[in-house]
Amino acid sequence: MVEVHLWSGLRALTGGLEVVEVEATDTGEMLHALVRAYPQLQAPIDAGVSVTINGRVIASGLTEPIPDGAEVYLMQRIRGG
Amino acid sequence: MALDDLKTKDFAFVGTRPNRPDGLDKVTGRAKFGADAHAPGMLHGAILRSPHAHARILRIDTSRAEALKDVKAVVTRADFSDQVPFAPGLEGEFWNVLENVMAGDKALYDGHAVAAVAATSALAARDALKLIEVEYEVLPHVTDVDKAMQADAPVIREGATDYSVPEGMHPNVVRMHESGHGDVAAGFAEADLVIEDHFTTEATHQGYIEPHACLATLGMDGKGELWCCTQGHWIVQKTCAALLGIETANLRVTASEIGGGFGGKTTVFIEPVALALSRKANKPVKLVMSRSEVFRATGPTASASMDIKIGMKKDGTITAAEGIFRLQGGAFPGGPAEYTAMCAFAPYNLTNVRQVGYDVMTNRPKQAAYRAPGSPMAAFAVESVIDELCNQLGLDPIEVRLKNASREGTKASYGPRFQRIGLVETLEAAKAHPHLSAPLKPGQGRGISCGFWFNHGGETSVSLALSEDGSAQVMVGTPDIGGSRASMALMAAEVLGIPYDNIRVTIADTATLGYNDVSHGSRVTYASGLATIKAARHAVEKLCERAAKKWGIPVDAVKWENGCAVPSGPNAGDFDPLPLADITADMGRTGGPISGHFEATPEGAGVSFATHIVDAEVDPETGKTRVVRYTVIQDAGKAIHPTYVEGQFQGGAAQGIGWALNEEYIYGEDGRLQNSVFLDYRIPVASDLPMIDTVIVEVPNPGHPFGVRGVGETSICPPLAAIANAVSAAAGVRMRNLPMSPPRILSALKAHG
Amino acid sequence: MSKIHVSTTVNGDAVEYLCDPRETLLDCLRDKLSLTGAKEGCGTGDCGACSVTLDGRLVCSCLVLGVEAEGKEIGTVEGIADGDVLHPLQQKFIDYAALQCGICTPGILVAAKALLEQNPDPTEEEVRFWLAGNLCRCTGYDKIIRAVMDTARDMREAV
Repeated sequence: MVEVHLWSGLRALTGGLEVVEVEATDTGEMLHALVRAYPQLQAPIDAGVSVTINGRVIASGLTEPIPDGAEVYLMQRIRGG
Repeated sequence: MALDDLKTKDFAFVGTRPNRPDGLDKVTGRAKFGADAHAPGMLHGAILRSPHAHARILRIDTSRAEALKDVKAVVTRADFSDQVPFAPGLEGEFWNVLENVMAGDKALYDGHAVAAVAATSALAARDALKLIEVEYEVLPHVTDVDKAMQADAPVIREGATDYSVPEGMHPNVVRMHESGHGDVAAGFAEADLVIEDHFTTEATHQGYIEPHACLATLGMDGKGELWCCTQGHWIVQKTCAALLGIETANLRVTASEIGGGFGGKTTVFIEPVALALSRKANKPVKLVMSRSEVFRATGPTASASMDIKIGMKKDGTITAAEGIFRLQGGAFPGGPAEYTAMCAFAPYNLTNVRQVGYDVMTNRPKQAAYRAPGSPMAAFAVESVIDELCNQLGLDPIEVRLKNASREGTKASYGPRFQRIGLVETLEAAKAHPHLSAPLKPGQGRGISCGFWFNHGGETSVSLALSEDGSAQVMVGTPDIGGSRASMALMAAEVLGIPYDNIRVTIADTATLGYNDVSHGSRVTYASGLATIKAARHAVEKLCERAAKKWGIPVDAVKWENGCAVPSGPNAGDFDPLPLADITADMGRTGGPISGHFEATPEGAGVSFATHIVDAEVDPETGKTRVVRYTVIQDAGKAIHPTYVEGQFQGGAAQGIGWALNEEYIYGEDGRLQNSVFLDYRIPVASDLPMIDTVIVEVPNPGHPFGVRGVGETSICPPLAAIANAVSAAAGVRMRNLPMSPPRILSALKAHG
Repeated sequence: MSKIHVSTTVNGDAVEYLCDPRETLLDCLRDKLSLTGAKEGCGTGDCGACSVTLDGRLVCSCLVLGVEAEGKEIGTVEGIADGDVLHPLQQKFIDYAALQCGICTPGILVAAKALLEQNPDPTEEEVRFWLAGNLCRCTGYDKIIRAVMDTARDMREAV
């Protein structure tokens, strides 16, 4: 199980939860699992999200492995100027 | 052969300062920028723009223009692909871009394109525009972010709001971000002093000196060629293909030399229009923006209205921090509200923090990225309040920042824990810098500020090919905006072990290399650099294989050292070092050409921090401010070409000085931009600035083979706040609104008594 | 509208072109003579990217009409080097990395050369005010000012 920390703006879409648990071994699976568990998360995920795994920012990759016990955060997509 | 080792010291080439490969072209006038291209039979384009901030387009009559002999094509929205639906409501970013490059049923801001002409000369095209008749129904408009959120504000576009906005907000609020942790109310209760204040910044333009320019050819066969100045030609290719309804691969885009971008050339404005004109006229079309068009119709940054509340104990500990950030991003969604919110408190280790960002639409041009989009304004507001807390509690501003500084393992204000970061190192360097203890003259004040930016990786593809004489050509896909070809050559030289001058780096066009993300997010030296290193290592593997074959030993018994294949140890055999050029000399007959390639979306850009120190002088009679001393201290991870790293630091500081003191988009009551020329939109000139000192801090980024962190954007994060703190100290009154122009300073002094 | 025949001298070479009376000298240099070194950054004389000399005087070529070049001597960035030998300013700009994107560089070189011809020993303040008409958005001017000052020193010592 991966514990995913959401940004608090997403609480309205998860019944108030800011930390949710899903079954996943990489970032892509994690995003799918999030949408399966909370279909309303589809919109923010489609709008673009980044994931951090133990502090490392994964800007867009769907194939990054998530080790057991990793600290995982969902963030709005990181870009730049 | 351990090729993936992180190398952070004992460099032969990295860290040296050779001349840039395009230097000669650029000092002799030979370098070809966007507007310097020419094609046989070329037509010249021009664009008609709305004089209204908000108006329904009832009718466009182009017949009189089309009747002119010199006019070869006129396009309006009808000439773009019908695959991109012209429909109300959000249909994705392509729809937004199309709507922005050519208005649909409404003109959404002063300067919005409504029609375009291609004619045999630039003058003829301009003359023809005057013959196009547009009938408008003028609508109420709003250009101010706070007013756009009020109940009586005109609605820019119904249905543009996404999932994140709570019920009851004005439809102009299109996105909302909220994040943080802890309990801010409890945190504020613990504080000895809580300061709550309101700050504003105005929209500023990236201000690149080269206006947008392109030369487009699109045939009836659906195949096209596009030359343009852009920060990323693959995004231009992808977007233009979608807007014109052709296959991406059938449009070849070549990036010209680029005369500055700073985020403003990460999207398209005139390119799809030039292609549409070319398709209609069946001739090449050159389209060049005037400066006024650049100001009116390309992306400035967002303006901001911000409320900050921070609590501090007497010992300097921050107990809680809260920020509300309202970002105005023009007539489209996309104001960087989430970045403003996420960057705001990132330098500090906070138990209780909450940040809310609102993306608000107004009748202004679609904002574009500008160097660390969203972060500088956040730092301005937050660091001003921290400065005021230090003043009122009698605390040293560096010590307070050190006490609260984010470090490796700190839970960031935006959520996750930081990896290895260099904020503390920049603060320690500031503390030790002679600038901080230098005496100030009467009328002068000193300010400091920290700043933060994420940095970015992005899709990256690099190819490297060796020549028979042992020289190497490197093809990268990220336009060189500030000397990056030199950095790429240095990194390739480091791996290959051949002289810097024997490596030629070219920005490949979209037909000769795989997809590359835009030169943005401070990603070029990080991501293209990483890919160059790995492409060079790939070539080295092949060179070692050839040597192994020649010597009749296993390839893992060969290593690469100083440009030569050598036996990896005494047991591998006794062979003389085999130089690269000896291997390439007969590579055609020993297995074929030797190339290296790497493609990936590297994830590991590594965030970065800076600390700036500024001395400013205020004339109380005139309100004029002068920056008299400036020091930039920033973590670069590893400076590949230190001179160009310094250049990024200095350039970011200079742009920040402009943003803080002079620059602003000024809209009249009529919703029209009042200062669309450089005379009125005044960017810093040489006589406005002092020398800008730099200190390069190097805390290696574990995500790059040589430890590189991006440097281009973080340098503009601290200046607004550092200058505001210096000016506030000099004037004796807190400055809460940028720019701190002489009238603003005078009225602040007057209000203060 | 009928075009006007203009005979002029550019970087020492006699040239001729036909131009519309509304076209600027910058348009004529770039579009008719293919001398694209001078750039149009603003078209209003504010940025200096189009700087050239007209009978030795520093001007913004976007503010001069093409027809006004008749019988004059024009100097552009393409004429600064002496054959294959760069002008000391050009070399120093490369050495000092006094350019990032390089769009303002031609104008700044023309302007700086004009300065050193009339004032071989300028103060930093004088260089900054002389170049105040040449906008650079990339560098913060630091390395540009240093390059000009150092070139002036070298040229004085070489005399």
